Amino acid sequence: MFVPCDRGGSSAAPDFKGFTLLMPAVSVGNVGQLAIDLVISTLDMTKVGYFYTDCLVPMVGNNPYATAEENSTELSINAEVYSLPSRKLVVLQIRSPFIKNKYRPFCETLLSWVKSSKCARVVLLSSSHAYQRDDEQLLGTPLRYLLTPDLEKAVGGHMKELKWKEMEKVAAYPGISDTDKVLHIPGGGITKLLFTESCSEGIQMAVLLKFCSEGDNIPDAFILVNYLNEWLQLIKSEVNPSSQWKIPSSWRLLFGNGLPPALF
Amino acid sequence: MATFFGEVVVAPSRAGLDEEEEAREETPEDREIRREIEKKREVEVLWNWQSGGCAEEPLVCSRFIVAIGRNAAAFLSSFILDSVCWEVVGVVKLWNEWCRTSSTTNVLPTDSFCLFYRLISDPTVLLCQCSCYVAEDQQFQWLEKVFGSMQKKGLQVTILSTCPVADYKTQESTLTLVSPFLKALKTKEFQEQVCCPLLEQPNIVRDLPAA
Repeated sequence: MFVPCDRGGSSAAPDFKGFTLLMPAVSVGNVGQLAIDLVISTLDMTKVGYFYTDCLVPMVGNNPYATAEENSTELSINAEVYSLPSRKLVVLQIRSPFIKNKYRPFCETLLSWVKSSKCARVVLLSSSHAYQRDDEQLLGTPLRYLLTPDLEKAVGGHMKELKWKEMEKVAAYPGISDTDKVLHIPGGGITKLLFTESCSEGIQMAVLLKFCSEGDNIPDAFILVNYLNEWLQLIKSEVNPSSQWKIPSSWRLLFGNGLPPALF
Repeated sequence: MATFFGEVVVAPSRAGLDEEEEAREETPEDREIRREIEKKREVEVLWNWQSGGCAEEPLVCSRFIVAIGRNAAAFLSSFILDSVCWEVVGVVKLWNEWCRTSSTTNVLPTDSFCLFYRLISDPTVLLCQCSCYVAEDQQFQWLEKVFGSMQKKGLQVTILSTCPVADYKTQESTLTLVSPFLKALKTKEFQEQVCCPLLEQPNIVRDLPAA
């Protein structure tokens, strides 16, 4: 699945042992993906490879993080891997939607790659439909987290210090009391599947998600990436953290072209 | 989204499918149905080597030109292809909700088809005219089966395709743009001069040309 980039003659696969894998779920508002774009762009991460997969709709374009003429002509595809060895961080960006019936094969292949590359833990950025919140969830923070049992032992205490809110479970059969409580992440794409698989495979995974709706999701992306930063401290957050994130050049024209002058 | 008063619809999300559908466990019946549908949607590449060349060995190919979509296919028909210099060497047979292609090589311009031609004077030059729509779940299969038959060392691939001007993202309005116009994407291994400007961010190419 993972194909390393050919960088200056060295064709050996990069070593991700002990790294944190940061990745998005393709979810409502694409908030996870936008947040990942901010991380890659701000930390100026180097592309180290891509996923050769039949699970995502194919797409290609020129470098979405281009800053100048010189670096704007590198091709970019639907699933690419970036790394920052100094922070032991490897980031997967997913750019296109999943093809029908391919959620499960992708999750299985991804988790087996996580295990074979010996990543220490996985952090999944996601979102969930805001309109599905219950009365209690409508109040307070729209941000939630989830930890697999293995990661709960390591960082559960830290989450409590940060006063983070764990994602609530809901009744399997709403309206009927005394039913089992289950995890329900509407609009979260592969989030629930990846999380439950990680629990059963003993993988250390954290899910960070925000309740949101479709629309201009740039502010949601900033809120989610600042939430992530409270924990991982990727950038300095003493000053206004939002101003520290660098918006990639590909975020231009998100809502269409310029207007025809003849309109006025 | 325009709907009639009172119609309650689930707003489509950019996130794609609702995960509940995917998370449901498959019954043996579901699995059987899914397998049958997958079999029906399988892409078949049929090579027809008339003048030498074994079907089992990978085809030696130096240049491969692929025209995807009716416009690009028509371009090749009008300016490049003729029955004197080119011979048909293969066909792709597939079915999806939008079209069906057959294994016949005798096609009309209005048919949906996917044919491979070889230059008689230089049999390492291959051309593909793909006017049929290759669905999302078939694109990867098409790619693997077509390129799987080829020896890829030293191969130069050129992909011709069209997109509506309305999809082009630019600072000005597309109304004032002079169209049609050409844009290109190239891998870093392609060292030759490109005949037109490169495609600017944030524009992208999707589906079979992207695959």
